[in-house]
Amino acid sequence: MLKLVCPYCGIEADETELVSGGEAHLKREGPDSTDDDFEGYLFLRENPKGIILERWRHAMGCGKWFHVARCTVTQEVFGTYPAQTLKPPPRIMEVIKSRRTGQETGLNSDNAEKFS
Amino acid sequence: MSTRLPTGGRFIDRSKPLNFRFNGRKFKGFEGDTVASALMANDQKVVGRSFKYHRPRGIVASGPEEPNALFTIGKDGEREPNQVGTITELAEGLEVKSQNHWPTLETDIGSMANLGSNLIPAGFYYKTFMAPRQAWKHLFEPAIRQSAGLGQPPNQNDVDHYEHFYLHTDILVVGGGMAGLLATRLLAETGLRILLLEQSPNFGGRLVQDHAEFGEGASQDWVDSTLLELFSSKNVTMRSRTSVSGIYDHGFVIADERFPNTSGKSGYLKRRLWKIRTKRIVLATGAIERPLCFAGNDLPGVRLASGVRDYLINYGVSPGDRTAIITNNDDAYRTAIALAEVGLSVPLILDTRMEIRGTLPTRAKNLGLRIEPARGIGEVLGKKTVSGLEMCSQVGEGTSLEKIGCESIAVSGGWSPTVHLWSHCNGKLKWDETKVMFVPDWKHPPIDSHGKQNIFPVGSANGYLQLHEIPSQVEQIVRQVAREFDKDLPEIQLPHTREITEDRCHGTWLIPYSMKPKKKMKAWVDYQNDVKVSDIDLAVLEGFESIEHSKRYTTLGMATDQGKTSNVNGIALVSHNLGIPMDKVGTTTFRPPYSPIPLGAIAGSAGKELFKPTRKTPIDAWHVSQNAHWEPVSDWRRPYCYLLEGESVENAVNRETLRVRTTVGMLDATTLGKILVKGKDAAKFLDLIYTNAISTLKPSRCRYGLMCDENGFLMDDGVVARLDETTFLCHTTTGGADHIHGWLEDWLQCEWWDWRVYTANITDQYVQIGVAGPDARNVLDKLGGMDLGEEALPFMSWKKGILGGHEVQVYRISFSGELSFEISVRASEGLELWEKIHEAGQEFSIEPYGTEALHVLRAEKGFIMIGDETDGTIIPQDLGLDWAISKKKDDFLGKRGQQRSYLTDPDRWKLVGLEVLDNDEPLPHGVYAQCETKNEFDHPKMEGRVTSTYYSPILKRPIAMGLVERGTERMGEVIKFNCGNKMIKAKIVSHIAYNTD
Repeated sequence: MLKLVCPYCGIEADETELVSGGEAHLKREGPDSTDDDFEGYLFLRENPKGIILERWRHAMGCGKWFHVARCTVTQEVFGTYPAQTLKPPPRIMEVIKSRRTGQETGLNSDNAEKFS
Repeated sequence: MSTRLPTGGRFIDRSKPLNFRFNGRKFKGFEGDTVASALMANDQKVVGRSFKYHRPRGIVASGPEEPNALFTIGKDGEREPNQVGTITELAEGLEVKSQNHWPTLETDIGSMANLGSNLIPAGFYYKTFMAPRQAWKHLFEPAIRQSAGLGQPPNQNDVDHYEHFYLHTDILVVGGGMAGLLATRLLAETGLRILLLEQSPNFGGRLVQDHAEFGEGASQDWVDSTLLELFSSKNVTMRSRTSVSGIYDHGFVIADERFPNTSGKSGYLKRRLWKIRTKRIVLATGAIERPLCFAGNDLPGVRLASGVRDYLINYGVSPGDRTAIITNNDDAYRTAIALAEVGLSVPLILDTRMEIRGTLPTRAKNLGLRIEPARGIGEVLGKKTVSGLEMCSQVGEGTSLEKIGCESIAVSGGWSPTVHLWSHCNGKLKWDETKVMFVPDWKHPPIDSHGKQNIFPVGSANGYLQLHEIPSQVEQIVRQVAREFDKDLPEIQLPHTREITEDRCHGTWLIPYSMKPKKKMKAWVDYQNDVKVSDIDLAVLEGFESIEHSKRYTTLGMATDQGKTSNVNGIALVSHNLGIPMDKVGTTTFRPPYSPIPLGAIAGSAGKELFKPTRKTPIDAWHVSQNAHWEPVSDWRRPYCYLLEGESVENAVNRETLRVRTTVGMLDATTLGKILVKGKDAAKFLDLIYTNAISTLKPSRCRYGLMCDENGFLMDDGVVARLDETTFLCHTTTGGADHIHGWLEDWLQCEWWDWRVYTANITDQYVQIGVAGPDARNVLDKLGGMDLGEEALPFMSWKKGILGGHEVQVYRISFSGELSFEISVRASEGLELWEKIHEAGQEFSIEPYGTEALHVLRAEKGFIMIGDETDGTIIPQDLGLDWAISKKKDDFLGKRGQQRSYLTDPDRWKLVGLEVLDNDEPLPHGVYAQCETKNEFDHPKMEGRVTSTYYSPILKRPIAMGLVERGTERMGEVIKFNCGNKMIKAKIVSHIAYNTD
């Protein structure tokens, strides 16, 4: 049962107030996309054993979507940030770097791009 | 014979006798007794039958680790199975029944499973019931169901009351023994919010009965004075009888509080489930004694040494006149001394160790007790209960050196810290070779959301069994916890204890060391799941070497036991078999709940009418007055139809349907979703949300629109009305309102967040009334106030106005094919307007109609229904809705998805009408059309299915719609539907059955 801080209303919300929305920072592929790109957008997800950037909605609260950097193994939360961004803010990266080194970040090359 | 002693028993009140029944027989006990202690006092040796072999089993332990004494307590609506007798408090008139026997506890036919002694080895179920297939259904399963399973589920509604309770705290202390009390006492003065939970009715843990070295009487005084101080601390909350059953992520804790003697009493709670959020947890859960593995160790009368001591000191119960002790450590000598001190006989202490030097053995020796070093038990003697034992050399094969008569055997295989809660959230364990136990590994603790350790084990839960070590160790750890809150501990006097030397426990797992295979079949590791030493040997032999595999293969430590007594012995035997050290074998995963929680407590008060909220429209009371027959639609309740006196549901639906077709009917359409979309970019936004163009809609006009997900699958439909240049009202299905609102917000917040669009779900703010039928306009004209004529309000348009004195918006839309208006009015005025329309409609014989008539009317006209014609795999093109899919728009949600080859396949099933031949019976819902040919799996190929089927009263025949392979190209063809016992033929026709022009 996670607790996440909603970056809009500042509340440390219980998981029962929240709805999860899967991986964050997906790029929408529209009508002109190739089959491969569209498949990637629609179906393929990282599902990492380690750090994930994911979407949550404060559904039983302010109703806003936000993003979370979380470790799927330890359930550590490195921070939350508003959804109106293409990548996590530097402060989230700093927290991750301060707690994880090298291989331990659990980031693969695709994922690492998102962080850079 | 186990009996009540003439004196003693610090928990019982001899002035308050209680009567109870065990399997119908009358027994007596005292207030303060547990069911287990009272049964022992009444010499009830056999309390249940084992799971697989149905062997007679007795009480083994005195706490929640008890594997055998599981009872069904109460009768009728109070009945609850699998209650642990050692923690269930006795109450007047309690009905206790043993479980797992057939036909009776004394004579159990299932115990024949025992005869072949190795009839059900490890993996028996996997190996035996493979073939033939038919035998499973008719032979194996009924037989297994008869003999297996723990307890019987209740067969009546639960009459008792339960509730949930939420609490936030800074520090939770689990366990009210010496370590827990001391930790709480130290933390109390920091001002932090402290919650102390103790599973048993009494605080103090094992301090009073075990630790005379605290000083005569001093231990109880210390417990009492500490409790007194804590009671007066405002920031400390304490509960006894509250068992922490699980620790979850981010400091979420579930605890189960019991209220004894409240079952069946109205106005009283039986259980309270605590849902706790805590920043830090101090784990003072103590330790659990381990049994030892020797032949016949499951006979009633063999008990844990600590349990024997507890029954003796806490409840004044003698385990039997003669108790032999077998141990690999010094602690069991406490039991021997306690027995001797009350005048009971301890004929023999078998110690598996070569050298015995500690303070306690010396004291036992001084009491004149016979101690035999390096000795074990070859076999327990006795049929149904213990009558004696054969002494053997521990290092040998079990040759009998001497027969000793005894009624009771007290066993101690050493202690295991109660680390379950530490492990629930990923805390790791390490094997301590010196202490012979798994202890919490502080290098790999459970962590909170910030990555910091959040559980701090203290006392024996942390592996410190010696009393004199505990105070300073607790203080040190608790100080560390307090510092995390920037608090320091007060200087208080720690309890002083005399140091006594206890010798090392010896890791003895098999007694004797070279136990013969035949004896291994009689030596139990896990009483509850009937796992023997031979089963573990076999599992390892067959290659189940990982402890997680051998656990599942043998069922070791499963179910409610959760490895409380069996875990370490099982691991040791695997380690012994494989010749690898304990820490390489590792442990299985402890999972919540630590002790079982009844389903009633989990449900809390959310039962019966509180199980789920029911949404009611403002017209609900009127529907009730008109004898509405209800249908749940998402969280709402809606009238399915309105029953006249003596009318059947079927006739009511037909009557309502015909009313709309012939004169006029009215419908409470309030539940339909209403979402306001407003802003400079609203039109652009809705062009992407709907498959058709919305931006081209003129103000005052309405348009039917479809919403698809990114797969292209049809998700929701409804009428969009443009209120003004920048404002739209989007109607959704009843079930879709919240979900679609969330869907719109998702795209606005996460994809097109720079667009100027705002949404509001205003479903509850308006009542919507449908008035449909040839006389619809005549009824509304009678109310007066606005021109609803063909020119003033053409089809698919809307206007604002005053109707019968109410501000309304009238939408000229139709879901029945008849002349139809939907009138939207403030929710607060809804009932008034509804009644006015009903009144005005009397001269046209207006009648309300329900959801089923609505369905019949729409199906007659071939209109689709989300959830009937769609199931999450249907695209609009399948339903002949190509006209509602824009070809001009560059993009909309689902456009790319619909381009995929599978969805453009011309063989896709298309919506058609289905007409049964020769006045045959109606097609059942959901049946499939079957071809003569076979598919790739050699099964009959399916070529379609029924999505909607009704009786049409206007056409006087059944009508149906369905999806059929290339259906629209096959008009007039007859296909066959497999309806189970018969095939029904149907002709493919237009999906519009009534008034096709």
